[in-house]
Amino acid sequence: MFFSDEFEARFADMLTHYPTRRSTLVPTLLYAQDEIGYLSDEVVAELAQRLDLNELEVRNVISYYSMLVTKPRGKYNIQVCTNIACMLKGGEELLDHCKHKLGIGHKETTPDGEFSLEEVECIGACSWAPAIQVNYDFHENLTVQKMDEVLDDYKKKGGEIL
Amino acid sequence: MASLVSHPDEIRVVTKRFGQGATDLDRYLALDGYQAIQKALAMTPDDIITLVKNSGLRGRGGAGFNTGMKWSFVPKQSAKPKYVLCNGDESEPGTCKDRLIFEHDPHSVIEGVMIAALAVGSHTGYIYIRGEYRYLSVIMQRALKDAYARGFLGKNIFGSGYDLDIYWHGGAGAYEVGEESALMESLEGKRGIPRIRPPFPAVVGLWGGPTVINNAETLASVPPIILGGPDWYANLGTPKNGGTRMFCLSGHLNRPGVYELPMGYNLKKMIYEVGGGIPGGRALKAVVPGGSSTPILLADEIDVAMDFDSLAKAGSMLGSGGVVVLDDTTCMVKFALRTIKFYQHESCGWCIPCREGTDWLKKTLTRFHAGAGMKKDIDNIYYLAENMLGKTFCPLGDAAAMPTMAFVKKFRKEFEDHLDGKPCPFEKAAEPVMV
Ligand SMILES: Cc1cc2nc3c(=O)[nH]c(=O)nc-3n(C[C@H](O)[C@H](O)[C@H](O)COP(=O)(O)O)c2cc1C
Ligand code: FES
Repeated sequence: MFFSDEFEARFADMLTHYPTRRSTLVPTLLYAQDEIGYLSDEVVAELAQRLDLNELEVRNVISYYSMLVTKPRGKYNIQVCTNIACMLKGGEELLDHCKHKLGIGHKETTPDGEFSLEEVECIGACSWAPAIQVNYDFHENLTVQKMDEVLDDYKKKGGEIL
Repeated sequence: MASLVSHPDEIRVVTKRFGQGATDLDRYLALDGYQAIQKALAMTPDDIITLVKNSGLRGRGGAGFNTGMKWSFVPKQSAKPKYVLCNGDESEPGTCKDRLIFEHDPHSVIEGVMIAALAVGSHTGYIYIRGEYRYLSVIMQRALKDAYARGFLGKNIFGSGYDLDIYWHGGAGAYEVGEESALMESLEGKRGIPRIRPPFPAVVGLWGGPTVINNAETLASVPPIILGGPDWYANLGTPKNGGTRMFCLSGHLNRPGVYELPMGYNLKKMIYEVGGGIPGGRALKAVVPGGSSTPILLADEIDVAMDFDSLAKAGSMLGSGGVVVLDDTTCMVKFALRTIKFYQHESCGWCIPCREGTDWLKKTLTRFHAGAGMKKDIDNIYYLAENMLGKTFCPLGDAAAMPTMAFVKKFRKEFEDHLDGKPCPFEKAAEPVMV
């Protein structure tokens, strides 16, 4: 349908890994979201059909996992960890700084569609706190200044075609 | 990606190949890789289990159950296929070690899964990696492909006649899915709701088949144990707490990082010598010894051996190895609030005590820290937490309750200092430490 060849190859491969088709669901949802941007009605219908599930079953799974979204968001999703190790090292200040600089709040998107912001739970970077992820990329041992550089870099990149 | 550290007191068992390019299969082979599985193939399953049992290896995922013992619970005969499931969901706040293993030594996890599979007579393994760790999923997929290409996995591994398949699997953001029964639900393509036990996964697990679930660090510890022998490994640690473990030092420290130290290493030494002490000449206030679910220790309680039994005796837990250090600028009410906010967010809502308890705790602590606390709230917070303990399908409720009860018990005075509309006494003093 609308997925890349790489997606289709991975999906076909994964179907051979489990005794049930449904078992591919969680990682497949995330890979689908990475390609389409969010889990649209079309994606839900397509995956439900492929995995012999009804759409509600797929939606129930989607609503459980914090990384899965059903609405579009920015090209770069800035995920700021404010859990304990990051909080002790200024994670909340980083989050405030991003809110201020981007002019958006938690789970909001800038009008140009470039950035979204999200306060997240521990991302496994506690020893290198405070830490953030931009999409899947980690940025660690941050300060407000370094955060500015990170945002500026993505802003520059954003102009380019992905 | 994440930077590596070192200290002379480290004993490198699980981390010995870090920074040495061992994601490359040839490099892994040159560094003793896939030797242990070949040795294990010449042993009987019972001998493998006895060896691992005697090494004193205990689960690194949190509960600290003896690994060989866990494997011995899997029935020898089973009508349904048996499985090995590696838990790489790593999301207990304070914990960032499995990430390093996947990044630097993915084949050691694969080899650990292989040996566990041999020991229990399983022909299929899964390595579950949390969704946020996409780059590690890529590394793991590559490592598995390389292992298949050499015939280390698949049919007739190493010419032994034994067939063994291992696959990767990915999550999509959920702490609860790290809990073993929810992990299986997630792998089966469902919401991560825990299953009631018994039956335990070793008897009824994935798709109803007997399933061994171990943490990634636990499994990566197995190949060196097979090669080095149970006595060598056991003697690295303290009685009944074999070997080394990766301690994730974070918070107010001069040298945070992940260090592999012998089991039973003194916590005070870990903070002041390995971690380099507290920055800015500040005083130590408290330590979370094993991830955010473990009860906090006061500054005068840290002269303790970091092993499962010593910490239990000290009223806490070794947990997942996440040591979070707090200096005297930290507001404990705020710290308690942030801790509970996490568990409230991550509760799957299946069990009412956990769903309601974490939500009421978050509401109460939020109001309390904001200056609208009442004296009776303090006992109420303790009571709400206490009423979750042991009343849920999975221990997420306990994980939220235990630290909360410790915060109230050990810092009641600080809770009282927030009463009567007083502003948080730490709000001004607390300059973020930006190093
Ligand atoms: C809420 C919750 C979250 C957990 N998260 C993890 C995790 O991320 N990784 C892990 O290995 N174990 C986690 N555990 C522990 C697992 O349930 C299980 O005990 C462990 O994976 C067994 O492996 P081990 O014996 O090698 O420690 C969690 C437990 C609970 C209750
Ligand atoms: S607490 Fe922020 S990465 Fe763990």
